[in-house]
Amino acid sequence: MSETLPRAAVGACLDAMPRHAPATRRRGGVIDESAPVQTALVAAAVGILALLVVLPLLAVFTEALRRGVGHYLESFADADTQAAIRLTLMVAGIAVPLNLVFGLAAAWAITKFEFVGKSLLVTLIDVPFSVSPVVSGLVFVLLFGAQGVFGEWLAAHDVQIVFAVPGLVLATVFVTVPFVARELIPLMQEQGTSEEEAALTLGASGLRTFLSVTLPNVKWALLYGVLLCNARAMGEFGAVSVVSGHVRGLTNTMPLHVEILYNEYNFVAAFAVASLLAGLALVTLVAKSILEWRGGDQLERSRRI
Amino acid sequence: MTGPHTIARDARPRRRDLAAVALAFAVVLGTTLFARGQDVTLVNVSYDPTRELYRDINDAFVKQWQAKTGQKVTIRTSHGGSGRQARAVIDGLDADVVTLALAGDIDAVAREGRQLLPTDWQARLPGNSSPYTSTIVLLVRKGNPKSIKDWDDLARPGIAVVTPNPKTSGGARWNYLAAWAFELDRSNDPAKAKDLVARIFRNVPVLDTGARGSTTTFTQRGIGDVLISWENEAFLAQKEFGADAFDIVYPTLSILAEPPVALVDKVVDKRGTRAVAQAYLDFLYTPEAQRLIAAHFYRPSRPEHADAVDLARFPRIRLVTIDGVFGGWSKAQAEHFAEGGVFDQIYKPGVPSR
Repeated sequence: MSETLPRAAVGACLDAMPRHAPATRRRGGVIDESAPVQTALVAAAVGILALLVVLPLLAVFTEALRRGVGHYLESFADADTQAAIRLTLMVAGIAVPLNLVFGLAAAWAITKFEFVGKSLLVTLIDVPFSVSPVVSGLVFVLLFGAQGVFGEWLAAHDVQIVFAVPGLVLATVFVTVPFVARELIPLMQEQGTSEEEAALTLGASGLRTFLSVTLPNVKWALLYGVLLCNARAMGEFGAVSVVSGHVRGLTNTMPLHVEILYNEYNFVAAFAVASLLAGLALVTLVAKSILEWRGGDQLERSRRI
Repeated sequence: MTGPHTIARDARPRRRDLAAVALAFAVVLGTTLFARGQDVTLVNVSYDPTRELYRDINDAFVKQWQAKTGQKVTIRTSHGGSGRQARAVIDGLDADVVTLALAGDIDAVAREGRQLLPTDWQARLPGNSSPYTSTIVLLVRKGNPKSIKDWDDLARPGIAVVTPNPKTSGGARWNYLAAWAFELDRSNDPAKAKDLVARIFRNVPVLDTGARGSTTTFTQRGIGDVLISWENEAFLAQKEFGADAFDIVYPTLSILAEPPVALVDKVVDKRGTRAVAQAYLDFLYTPEAQRLIAAHFYRPSRPEHADAVDLARFPRIRLVTIDGVFGGWSKAQAEHFAEGGVFDQIYKPGVPSR
């Protein structure tokens, strides 16, 4: 949304806010709250986080380890569980690179070129964020299902998309499309085109300019986007649930497998698989912190808008 | 900034790396899409409570098939609300066989799928293509604290009833029709039957999409005073959570539920699995499978093959049939569960009585 505004204008607004705020607001803005109020606010925030984030995470691990480490590890010996883990890795392994390429291309096009329909493209990239995942899955069934728009043609050519790996990949790509692009666009917008112009003036080709100038400039933001994209790709439930068909060992991803195990009264195994997903979240968190520490400056800029 | 020389040197290896990565993904994608093993795989798309039953049936069939033909067969199953599963098959989920909760759902596959199977599918196997039957019972908390004895108790104010959604679940449709048949039998007045069912559904705090979802809602989340349930699902809940957690209440009248099985002709012909799929369905009628069926709390169609201990669990109660009371599934489906049908008229979400 905000990309449609000229970058300079937004920057000016942001810069202006702190200076103007005290003058326009009543005396006693947020910053001037008394110490007890500040403490109460912080305590409330910490309390809510503990209740909504830390407690459920702990519950996942306690439930998974309820009957001991042996049972926990045994859960992963199940062939269907292993298939679900493999499938999730494969889907993410395809979806994330696709989104990396798309995100880079989209961000490059949007920030380095002027063309008709640019703001429409920016809006479209955001669509998966605002659409319910169920709808994201259903559109593919409506397009590629046996009764769908392309159903007959696909059946005649023996191509299976929904209820098979391609459908899972499509749904995952769809819901994760914004992650890389959203991370890159603000940063690349701020960086402008002057360095690329310099490179071109010095005789570099377009591809060389991209690989040697643009890419290094955005690498931290890119990594960060890929990280978030991967976390979502592995954890997605709604959209893949619609296109999966839930066939164990064939089209069942980890999040779907958690539900199945839970419904089969197999609580230890359900929470064991859930703990892998929770572990992924923790790894993401750590990696995110490292990225913020290493490339903090760049990420800071991509977040300002 | 680096000079043009450095740029050129940097760019080439990177491009090679990119190409290598792209190739690797192409290989992964290719092998998963096109690599097919020598062994045969069957996909059984089933309804919600049969998870445990088919795990055992599949193991037994795999052994039998290997002994007989030497071929290794892997059976993949998918479970969910019967209506939703039928929808997935219609939309292109490649099921070699469907084993759903009621004939109406397989009828829908035959009607709406593109020639997936003939409309007279139900005549192809014995007993209306139902190797096992079941009925609908009431599962209550231990000691029956709300003293629920029959269908009309479910309509009492202040009773929370758990049942899945008849739109997506086959079991829920049997639940609904059983309550309807009870009142119709008592008063012979369809208006009164509609009123009773409407009052029961007014007592439902949550409609899950499938029977197993409702069972977990009732047993694990502790919601509700009574679960309207498949007989087999009620016994399984007792087995999982101990007999001291729940009681099974048999109403004075219930419905004979016939969950049918069928071969999906178009899929087996496309995948070349007709012989093994047919053998799989035939296997369900064999003494070995019938014994497993009774052990998993389903009523076997050939009780002579089942263990007496298992059979002793099933009390004889008055059971009406869908054909006898409702004129068959197509009629019941159109009248009660289709868009704008009786269920849509009586069920208003978000207005619970409590």
